[in-house]
Amino acid sequence: MTTIAEMPAGFADKVLSAQSTFRSVMDAMARPGSVQRIEAASGVPAPLMRGSAAIALTLFDQDTPVWLDAKMAATLDVAKWIKFHTSAPVIADSSVCSFALIGDIDQLPALQRFAIGSNDYPDRSTTLIVQVPSLTQGPAIELRGPGIDGTAVLRTQMAPDLLERLAVNHALFPRGIDLVLVADDAIVAIPRTTRFVAKEG
Amino acid sequence: MNAPTYNFAYLDEQTKRMIRRAILKAIAIPGYQVPFASREMPMPYGWGTGGVQVTAAILGTNDVLKVIDQGSDDTTNAISIRKFFEKTAGVVTTTSTADATVIQTRHRIPEAPLHAQQVLVYQVPIPEPLRYLEPRETETRRMHALGEYGLMHVKLYEDIARFGHIATAYAYPVKVNARYVMDPSPTPKFDNPKMDNCPALQLFGAGREKRIYAIPPYTSVVSLDFEDHPFTRYKHDACCALCDSGDSYLDEIVTDNKGSRMFVCSDTDYCETRQSQGHRGSENAAPYAESKHA
Ligand SMILES: [Zn+2]
Repeated sequence: MTTIAEMPAGFADKVLSAQSTFRSVMDAMARPGSVQRIEAASGVPAPLMRGSAAIALTLFDQDTPVWLDAKMAATLDVAKWIKFHTSAPVIADSSVCSFALIGDIDQLPALQRFAIGSNDYPDRSTTLIVQVPSLTQGPAIELRGPGIDGTAVLRTQMAPDLLERLAVNHALFPRGIDLVLVADDAIVAIPRTTRFVAKEG
Repeated sequence: MNAPTYNFAYLDEQTKRMIRRAILKAIAIPGYQVPFASREMPMPYGWGTGGVQVTAAILGTNDVLKVIDQGSDDTTNAISIRKFFEKTAGVVTTTSTADATVIQTRHRIPEAPLHAQQVLVYQVPIPEPLRYLEPRETETRRMHALGEYGLMHVKLYEDIARFGHIATAYAYPVKVNARYVMDPSPTPKFDNPKMDNCPALQLFGAGREKRIYAIPPYTSVVSLDFEDHPFTRYKHDACCALCDSGDSYLDEIVTDNKGSRMFVCSDTDYCETRQSQGHRGSENAAPYAESKHA
């Protein structure tokens, strides 16, 4: 096990890596369903994927409380790594977090446990960073909405009830949460504007 | 070597993170104005500090930057901003719309169609489309929250009653993704249709007013209008005197002190590209055709 003192700095060049990671996340958010690659961070404690770590290094800081799901919080390593590298407070109350790190998508808490913003300030909402095994394998889900030219197809393992919950999230617009799915160094974003249709087979 | 006198793209990393988070929210909530903690920039507010901060937060070493002001790459404002990013980010700049990956603009959308590998960054002086109708921020925020835009329709309809048409020619309000009414910044309404279903990402930065908003690619952008008074694109009934384009936005230029005038494309890159392809307008005849106009 690595101790904090031995932790390598996540990015080799912090400034340029943060920029390139941000552009991947921005492109992902602007084009839901598109798979973007991100410049992966190194020295990342399990079960944090290197893509999730890169997003943390890019977007987290002392102004963004972070919530961890049970899998991420199973050891103290992830919380320690986040505090050390990003200065973000790791908090227990998911309803006021800026970001939530989800290690187990099958145990995703009810979405109303996160911040969904208000109609006056819909931006005061949680962005969920959700780790999944793959963004190229799995049942096809058709996506529509802003950022998508007609339709896009997402392939991933997602429980059917999660699609229903995301449909509720979409209906809350302009309130709602936004998702960034991560598989290793690949990401797909699903903002609150995206609608889903599960496809056969 | 580049001496590290400046932070990359001027802004410190904490400011960039804050702006980047605001940009992501703006994309997720198309047309909604996300508050952000605007920073002082080494230029006056009128020079587009909001757009400059958005550009600084997204720009990377692989980007090719174009800066336009009223359609021109060569105004003092455009040149200064281009030099600012050449110096602080070491970024390659261009005047070609097609070659640019990031285009920062004031008052125009390029004539050449934008593509999916591009980001268009608008400098916005007044982001709130309802501000002239309702000065109170708490009230405009409430109207946006409820999607209650009756006041805007009344204003446009008063135009029709007074002038027989909607008189607003710049900053003509649009509805984004069938939800938020948005100010497209002081672009001519001629440019409004270019925002609709655009393949490029459009980001808007207002420095003094501390707001960032966005239109994702392929998003519906509809100019507000009425069934009996549909939106129309206005342009001068003329062709460009230099490149003969009949469908670009034209500026009227006084050519001498006797008040002679001609119309030329506002978008200089578009006009020059057409001229280089051999298109000639009435004031710019090719040598072989000169006798015709003598
Ligand atoms: Zn022309």
